[in-house]
Amino acid sequence: MEVSGRGDQTRHHTLTMRLFDFNGGVKPDYQKEASTQTPIAVSPTPTFLVIPLHQNIGGTPRPLVGAGDHVLKGQRIGAADVAADGNIRGNMSSAIHASSSGRVVAVEMRRMPHPSGLSALCVVIETDGRDEWIARQPFDYRSHTAAETRDYLRDAGIVGLGGAAFPTHMKTSPGKTGRLDTLVVNGAECEPFITCDDLLMRERADAILQGVAILRDLLAAERVLIGIEDNKPEAIAAMQAATRAHNSNDMQVIAVPTRYPAGGAKQLIRVLTGIEVPHGERSTDYGVQCFNVGTAYAVHEAINLGQPLISRIVTVAGNVAAPRNYEVLIGTSMKTLLAQSQCLPDTDRLIMGGPMMGVTLPDDDVPVIKATNCILAGSAKLFPPPPPEMPCIRCGECAAACPADLQPFELYWFSRAKLFGKAQEYHLFDCIECGCCSYVCPSNIPLVDYYRFAKSEIWAHESEKAAADQAREHYEFRQLREAREQQEKAARLAAKVAASRAAVAAAAATAIAAPEKSTAENIPAPTTESATPAALIAAALERARAQQTQPQNTTDLTPEQQAEIAAIEARRAQIREQAHPHLPPDD
Amino acid sequence: MNNSPYLRKAASVQSVMLRVLLALLPGIAAYVWFFGAAIAVQIALASIAALAAEALILYLRGKPLKLFLTDGSALVTAWLIALSFPPLAPWWLTVLATLIAIIVAKHLYGGLGQNPFNPAMVAFALMIVAYPQYMSRWPGIGASDFATQWAIIFGLQANQALDALSMATPLDALRTALHTVGTTTPATIASALANNPSIGHLAGRGWEWIAAGYLVGGLWLVQQRIITWHLPTAFLATLCLLASVASAINPGEFAGPLFHLFGGGAMLAAFFIVTDPVSAATTPYGKLIFASGVALLTWIIRSFGAYPDGIAFAVLLMNIAVPLIDMATQPRVFGHKKNDRNRHE
Repeated sequence: MEVSGRGDQTRHHTLTMRLFDFNGGVKPDYQKEASTQTPIAVSPTPTFLVIPLHQNIGGTPRPLVGAGDHVLKGQRIGAADVAADGNIRGNMSSAIHASSSGRVVAVEMRRMPHPSGLSALCVVIETDGRDEWIARQPFDYRSHTAAETRDYLRDAGIVGLGGAAFPTHMKTSPGKTGRLDTLVVNGAECEPFITCDDLLMRERADAILQGVAILRDLLAAERVLIGIEDNKPEAIAAMQAATRAHNSNDMQVIAVPTRYPAGGAKQLIRVLTGIEVPHGERSTDYGVQCFNVGTAYAVHEAINLGQPLISRIVTVAGNVAAPRNYEVLIGTSMKTLLAQSQCLPDTDRLIMGGPMMGVTLPDDDVPVIKATNCILAGSAKLFPPPPPEMPCIRCGECAAACPADLQPFELYWFSRAKLFGKAQEYHLFDCIECGCCSYVCPSNIPLVDYYRFAKSEIWAHESEKAAADQAREHYEFRQLREAREQQEKAARLAAKVAASRAAVAAAAATAIAAPEKSTAENIPAPTTESATPAALIAAALERARAQQTQPQNTTDLTPEQQAEIAAIEARRAQIREQAHPHLPPDD
Repeated sequence: MNNSPYLRKAASVQSVMLRVLLALLPGIAAYVWFFGAAIAVQIALASIAALAAEALILYLRGKPLKLFLTDGSALVTAWLIALSFPPLAPWWLTVLATLIAIIVAKHLYGGLGQNPFNPAMVAFALMIVAYPQYMSRWPGIGASDFATQWAIIFGLQANQALDALSMATPLDALRTALHTVGTTTPATIASALANNPSIGHLAGRGWEWIAAGYLVGGLWLVQQRIITWHLPTAFLATLCLLASVASAINPGEFAGPLFHLFGGGAMLAAFFIVTDPVSAATTPYGKLIFASGVALLTWIIRSFGAYPDGIAFAVLLMNIAVPLIDMATQPRVFGHKKNDRNRHE
């Protein structure tokens, strides 16, 4: 295990455990109080549910229902797109379920909660109001193999509920060693405004811990560290009480200093264990894995109650009169939720996620998906438009704020100048787009936008390069094939000439010579025993004329090939000269 | 379309620059107290010239005038020029220097944020090479009233009167002492300077208080997180170390650390000149190397060179090395081992 040698370990006053620190980070105004005043409300079942089939990375689940079908609550309507051989890429997919009972009215393209307003295949269900469950069977993971449990979680549609929606079953295998040192449970919730994890921990701590226990068993983790930012004393108390009730000595609830982005998986792992998981590497190889508290809760519901992931807690906050957390069925329109929280008239934008990393949505007529942790109504007052962008003065504020220890202003210069190679050299892809650099920049430069631009350009370039490589391979293969065909043709011709000569000689000797065995199949059998040399030559000339009128594959030849053809032509001329001394040569 | 983050800290280039100007005030106050209001005249001249030059170039470049004129960066350059120049320099010298700093050193290189060289130091280096006679017009303490200073600055006073009014700075005195020690009396630098009327408790009379003013303002900038500790600390520590070692080895030829720190422009340089973010190194280790380099070159020029104070040349020479320093001192990225540059073909 690689533990960084930094000496910046801090001690939290309420704890005996030694905490570590990450560099950088910012302390924006958290504004969480507004939505924590009231308990989680259950959002009523809407008349229509629009459930996108593709809600997380991996293949798009196959629809299992069609228009007119009746579905039950919790019924699988999208099967995980698993390759027949169960390979990793195919296994990335996760199943989709009906959030309530009713009738499928359509399986069609609907607008997704995505900044570009793109559409994706959705199952549209008209609910019947009965909320009729499927037969729910708890899953005894102790009597199943790890692979079976992973398949179960995949088919229960469990994905990370912290916002990234990464399929959970892909994260439940211990690393190379077959065991895990530390399971980190993320209750930090560092983004301003978002309080869904806070409320879940306050109200359903016991269920979370049951899910945590399952994850601990699956990963064979020795200890569990539950990290919660110290601005959530109620959640910390509730989780600590639940841990005591559970009598689990291997689980520890730890208050971590409140500093955005302490809830980033890498940052929380660093704070709790001192381990830095490098970009692009599996954390299990470093003896640690991290799950969100909401994910643990969903695992509990799936394993212990037999309920697939059909709802989640969503914070509705920002420019609304009644900010609150709702337990929302996946597929519920955001419009409904905003109406419940009384969205104010001067709302000028809708954000899914928090104000630091959230995405702006084109409008509110999009469904809540598994990744929707917060719906944030924005206004010009709440999020004023940034002042005019000034030149970078290299003040270094961004570098001081970067939790990935990057030099953001250097990446900015490189991205701006389209020096993408340099940007990669300065570890552009280690950027987690947390927004700290843009937040502190005195020149109001939208730094993260420059990195998004550079990353997308690099991705586009790489896919273009891949396409170009493929095209070049195709071209080279074609050239190779054409060259081979030329050679074969030349060989055939030579054999044919040899056969003709043999035939001439045979005719002269009134005997038939057998063609060479190797080229026998390419050569038409000697026509007749009575073939005269003149007839053979006439036939050969006829073939040559026919060939000349056909399009020839003689363009774009290499010098070698041209030389070879020239040699063949010369031999042909020589042969003709021999066979018919008085005919003039071709040229 | 603006993307995340939607929250922004209340920070601006303007507020950074204004706080730098504010931090200069204690030093300026001490300056006026000891040497009269001539320095205020020079600051005003430089400020007007800087804003005029800035406005002209912004207009020619088609840049938004209000946005850039109010960012305060031209004023910081202007004030630093005024404060590093002799207060009795003729008005046109200050104006010319400021025009060169803004037009050539700043805008011809691309404007705010793009200049590889510190504009104020470009102006200083050019002027001390071109007009050394005017660049030595330092006033003595209480030697002149404001009316006389005004007359000198605007060329209304005969030059012989000026000679009576101006006085050698501590570094000039050191220079003279360096050239006399060993030739006339076998005294130490300290004793040679002890009899000099321009020398006070630590370094120059009056000058040491101005330096103390810069120190106070500079520490406030560190507290305000406008600058980090790296640059001033490395600069002052290196200068102090070199002076200590050299004066301990050979007190007959080298001045001590306090003299170096509080004489000349060392404090101004430490907190306001080497800390110019645009032209200085930016990585933590890079800042230490950059500022130490400036200090080393400054000490060498002060001790062996032909100019009394070498800060301007030292800064410019180290400015050239900044891209290399920054490249070589990139900090370790989260999760990476040290020095693993992501080599990309």
